[in-house]
Amino acid sequence: MSKKLRFKTSLGDQFLRLVTFLMAFSVLVLMAWMGWQMFDAARPSIHTFGIGFITSRVWDPVKEQFGALPFIYGTLMTSLLALLLAAPIGLGVAIFLNEMAESKFRAVIGFLVEMLAAIPSVVYGLWGIFVLAPWLRETVEPGLAKWLGFIPLFQGTPVGFGMLAGGLILAMMILPTIAAISREVMASVPNMQREAALALGATKWEMIKVAVLPYAKTGIMGGIMLGLGRALGETMAVTMVIGNRPDILPSLFAPAYSMAAVIANEFTEATYDLYLSALVEIGFILFGITLVLNFLARLLVWSVARGPKGGNLV
Amino acid sequence: MGQTLSVRKLEAWYGPNKTLKGINMEIEANHVTAIIGPSGCGKSTFVRCINRMHETLPGTKVIGEIILDGESIYDQDPVALRKTVGMVFQKPNPFPSMSIFENVVAGVRLNGQRNKQNLQAIAERSLRMAALWDEVKDRLNYSGISLSGGQQQRLCIARALAVEPAVLLMDEPASALDPIATTHIEELIRQLRDNYTILIVTHNMQQAARIADSTAFFLNGELVEHGATSEIFTNPKDKRTEDYITGRFG
Amino acid sequence: MKQYIRKYKNWLMLSVFVAATIIALVPLFGVLGYVLKNGLGALNIQFFTNLPKAMGLSGGGMANAIVGTLIMVLIASLIGIPVGILAGIYLTEYDRHSWFSTAVRFATDVLTGIPSIIVGIVIYTAIVLKMGNFSALAGGLALAIIMIPLIIRSTEEMLKLVSHSIREAGYALGISKGKTILKIVLPTAAKGIITGAMLAIARVSGETAPLLFTALGNQYWARSLNEPIASLPVQIFQYATSPYKEWHQLAWAGSLVLILMIIIINLAARFAFRSRHS
Repeated sequence: MSKKLRFKTSLGDQFLRLVTFLMAFSVLVLMAWMGWQMFDAARPSIHTFGIGFITSRVWDPVKEQFGALPFIYGTLMTSLLALLLAAPIGLGVAIFLNEMAESKFRAVIGFLVEMLAAIPSVVYGLWGIFVLAPWLRETVEPGLAKWLGFIPLFQGTPVGFGMLAGGLILAMMILPTIAAISREVMASVPNMQREAALALGATKWEMIKVAVLPYAKTGIMGGIMLGLGRALGETMAVTMVIGNRPDILPSLFAPAYSMAAVIANEFTEATYDLYLSALVEIGFILFGITLVLNFLARLLVWSVARGPKGGNLV
Repeated sequence: MGQTLSVRKLEAWYGPNKTLKGINMEIEANHVTAIIGPSGCGKSTFVRCINRMHETLPGTKVIGEIILDGESIYDQDPVALRKTVGMVFQKPNPFPSMSIFENVVAGVRLNGQRNKQNLQAIAERSLRMAALWDEVKDRLNYSGISLSGGQQQRLCIARALAVEPAVLLMDEPASALDPIATTHIEELIRQLRDNYTILIVTHNMQQAARIADSTAFFLNGELVEHGATSEIFTNPKDKRTEDYITGRFG
Repeated sequence: MKQYIRKYKNWLMLSVFVAATIIALVPLFGVLGYVLKNGLGALNIQFFTNLPKAMGLSGGGMANAIVGTLIMVLIASLIGIPVGILAGIYLTEYDRHSWFSTAVRFATDVLTGIPSIIVGIVIYTAIVLKMGNFSALAGGLALAIIMIPLIIRSTEEMLKLVSHSIREAGYALGISKGKTILKIVLPTAAKGIITGAMLAIARVSGETAPLLFTALGNQYWARSLNEPIASLPVQIFQYATSPYKEWHQLAWAGSLVLILMIIIINLAARFAFRSRHS
């Protein structure tokens, strides 16, 4: 009667499904492989220095003594400084673009802010060396020293290159990220909220304060964390202006060193295994920190904006 | 030529919800059968079971028999089945990346037909059957979505007809269209009846009265009543049918 | 009285936001301005045709760096774009909601957030050390790893935008799922996917850190893909941090070329492939 044929999907269909599956699977493999590679290469250093690696201030390749504290310090300080500047300004830009600017204006300025993100790190660094650092050295730092010199942050000889330069340039680079995510998050606030506030007679600022920001708060926090994540890993621009001295000094004028910067500068000069391993361990720590931070940040952003957006922005 | 459809004890689930609770129905060949009922009554699910589209959604389950021209549809390759049972959707959905011509022959071409002359002949024939040929014959290479809503729907009908199905399922084909376009579609359905078995889901009872030979009334996943359209509308046997038709609920 | 204070506060805060925007744009114009000013001056035919000259001599160029960047971006694209698009197809068309796809998306997110220098480290330990030499291949591979998650993301997003009704229309015509994906869904999403790929290309063209210890750099032409090779960003870095004025000028010129490349790709991606949204 009825033919009981078995109907498998055609060969071509099966092939497509298999190939796409393998490619998706390879992403998991890639991530695991990268984690393993780093861990494996860092192992000699982890074994030799243990926890002391994170607490030691000594970075002496000649004596085979390696401690990561100066770099952790430099990375954290420059990133924090960058956040302090970029977060409020980035948020301000986002509010201006989303809540204040008219559509054509918004498109143009929005595009310009995105262009900030398109400039390569090395070009920021170049500009930092020849424009920012001299400006800091001649104008800004002497000025800060004169007016605020009683604070240890602003003491010491202005060299231009140092923590302040690193922080400033990072701020420029992470601002587009914070602005873009804040914009997305704020755009997902339903218009009804805004209209309700305005209908009650709120001024524009009051409307923003009451209807938009509380709703978007978590997402904006997430955006700031993503910006932080980006700042922690930023390499070239920082390397070019931070001064590259593994010291822990209180002043913003002083040269410093970041985790990414020391890897960039010394990797090809690591002449023996332990040296290389120590550098890889620094990379491993950096990887770990950015991983956790990015994960937490995305949880925050997803909880407000619809679904996993903000991806192309990071 | 159209084919007869027998539906026996059809039950269907969408996730935990049982959307069809045992449908038994005979659908005549070369006949227009309208399926009416309030929203959520299962009419769309029913129709989508016939071309096995329902099971493409995740979390669905189907039990029962549907016999098409003597053969169970569950004994066939679903992909092949859908060439015999075509479907037109509520919202016109021409393929955006294709021209009018490419849209019409999409089903035929992607299933192996490569000969240019054949394709052109098929396109012209299908577009004529869908009463669209005169309007688009000079712009066959324009994008499929450059047409008006009513034209797009006729394009989708032409596309479905090009594959030469025996059964045509139409899920509220005119509900997204303006009254004039609706009239065209209804006219078209009357013309197609001689060669196809047509099942049309509609929430518009006047439409059913205008074009359907027989009408089936669904309610809460059950087939309440099925008979000649004139009978259903003038002399319904079930009280629920009568209530629906007279507008007591709906 | 209260009304007046509220109005004043409003004006104040809104001005603050305008000021923030101006402050944000100042560095943009600052950087672009200087790159334009200093770069234009040093840009000439020799820049595009000559190899770098020894320090102190004028007339050097960055021909090998430009070609090196093009080569490595090509390698990265040849690997990264197919892998990314295919993975994106799997996540959207075959498996949207399982634990496996969630895991893959998580891994994609992780890879997006990795500092690019880490990618360089991994390729160094895994490939450069094993092969015994720096190479364009290693550099291209590092860039590919950076590209893959970007392309997966954008492909997924674009495929999700294709209305499910289109897929159903394909199935209803008796077209198999694979053919529906390849011949109907993919072409519909094509513009967006290409845009995503171009943006990813623009992004990796400017990357320096992952190339520092994979491709290394080269003052001459690389004779094969298995040798160190110059690239625009790395060359800019080396020149900028050198003590030679001629090299500084070349760094500015190189930056100008690099930025122009990136901006052009960005604009082309956004405008030439703008999808017609209703």
